[in-house]
Amino acid sequence: MKKILILGGGTAGTMMANKLSKELDRSEYEITIVDKDKTHYYQPGLLFIPFGIYNKHDVIKPKANFFPRNVNVVYGDIDYIDPENNQVFMQNGRKLNYDWMVLATGTETRPEETPGLKDKLWNKKIFEFYTLEGAVALRNFFKDWQGGKMVLNIAEMPFKCPVAPLEFVFLADAYFTEIGIRDKVDITYVTPLPGAFTKPKATKMLGELMEEKNIKVVPEFYMERVDNDQQKIISYDEKEIPFDVLVSIPTNMGTDAIERSGMGDDLNFVPTDKYTLRSKNYENIFVLGDAADIPTSKAGSVAHFASDVVFENLMSALEGRELKAKFDGHANCYIETGFGQGSIIDFNYDTEPLPGTYPLPGVGPFGLLKNTKTNHYGKVMFRWIYWHILLKGKEMPLESQMSMAGKKTS
Amino acid sequence: MATQTIAGKEVDLNEDGYLTDHTQWNEAIAKELAKEEGIELTDEHMKVLNYLREKYAEGESLSIRKVGKSGIVDIKGLYKLFPGGPLKISSRLAGIPKPQSCV
Ligand SMILES: Cc1cc2nc3c(=O)[nH]c(=O)nc-3n(C[C@H](O)[C@H](O)[C@H](O)COP(=O)(O)OP(=O)(O)OC[C@H]3O[C@@H](n4cnc5c(N)ncnc54)[C@H](O)[C@@H]3O)c2cc1C
Repeated sequence: MKKILILGGGTAGTMMANKLSKELDRSEYEITIVDKDKTHYYQPGLLFIPFGIYNKHDVIKPKANFFPRNVNVVYGDIDYIDPENNQVFMQNGRKLNYDWMVLATGTETRPEETPGLKDKLWNKKIFEFYTLEGAVALRNFFKDWQGGKMVLNIAEMPFKCPVAPLEFVFLADAYFTEIGIRDKVDITYVTPLPGAFTKPKATKMLGELMEEKNIKVVPEFYMERVDNDQQKIISYDEKEIPFDVLVSIPTNMGTDAIERSGMGDDLNFVPTDKYTLRSKNYENIFVLGDAADIPTSKAGSVAHFASDVVFENLMSALEGRELKAKFDGHANCYIETGFGQGSIIDFNYDTEPLPGTYPLPGVGPFGLLKNTKTNHYGKVMFRWIYWHILLKGKEMPLESQMSMAGKKTS
Repeated sequence: MATQTIAGKEVDLNEDGYLTDHTQWNEAIAKELAKEEGIELTDEHMKVLNYLREKYAEGESLSIRKVGKSGIVDIKGLYKLFPGGPLKISSRLAGIPKPQSCV
């Protein structure tokens, strides 16, 4: 009996458990999935909570609903992995052995990394929305807020869902307009990147949208600390930006269990071959989702496309065959732009987001790098797709490889 | 891409002014490139450039955080040495590719 161990039962781990359990013969393989949390969070939904569009119950479901029945489930904190001896130690002292591992422990926010961020004003005037707790605290703050200077800051690259902070300010613009106080709210978007986004065409489109919506962009700002008394953020080169409310995307890091295992880089992300998605250091470990250090977005869509590659390569590895499937870094992100509209970007390691239609050339229905109502419905539908199709590892009517069809290159 | 003579040596630069072949690099070239950025290279600068070249050769990806933890200079110090875009500028002077900021 060979043991396959999936660490992390979030988006990526759950998809993998479902795919593997369908394929593998249970008299030969035992599958176990490990997570510390019994609740599954629909993270894309967290974005909508501060504006009262979704509430808590729209984004949580028991993890157990999504794990296949014939898979062992272990709830508990992973202490560390001993990859030389194919063992995982849990914080409660339990030991798990494995022959093959899928590492899918994701990323988490670390406000503690920035002095003054998680301090006196935390959840009073300084918020984040990447956790349910944070998103709900910000919702409660917005209920009574009369307006002032709202600053959104991205602490550090990389962070998961790189479009989420953009969507946040677009939705904030719409929200404050709808409740009638937009003229009293000053919105500033502060980023360590050279512009609203990284790739030229998307940066241009999103930069123009920012201007249209009267949102200021402060690029190349790398936050050193937050001054709680004077309510300002300060960069390493001593630029200062005052705020009445600060919405932060804190430093993102992999779990400390990776650090304790000596398996990560300086942000606890795991060195991973960007094509095969196998760990660079251990032949029997594949890395899926946000936990990997591959140079593409940390996003659910990426984990979804990558899961096809990990699945295929793990199957090959189990049978001692060469790893043939190659990941292309495919990412596909809906961007909510407010007032019932949205945009979409589709890209990979080599191709930046381009305008056009998706997924069908010339037809769409979605418009790439365009602001349309249909794109917004795509995002709305995504929640249903996420719970009912994606997590269950069912086939989506989309190719995992990025396609140039429908994209305009000039 | 363009070929240019810097400090008496022919080097290939891409459209952003980065060396396309890091083996063409030498200290004199770094000094010339630094002048374009308005920086007078000191030993402190050179330590950073050598660190970057070393890590690049080892195939590691570089970030401001990583340089800040290198023990050579902290992040604040790095900004003082290479004002504006510390990793972008220091990478250019070190003759290695422009750092990718992934999305
Ligand atoms: C606000 C927001 C909006 C987003 N919007 C989108 C979007 O529109 N589209 C999109 O594609 N993506 C979006 N994302 C990103 C997407 O949710 C993530 O990229 C995706 O969930 C990554 O999956 P994962 O399995 O790698 O990590 P996760 O789903 O985070 O799962 C990791 C799991 O590992 C467990 N774990 C970690 N450490 C340990 C430990 N030491 N012991 C035990 N268990 C552990 C955690 O409990 C967790 O369940 C968004 C994210 C946020 C926060």
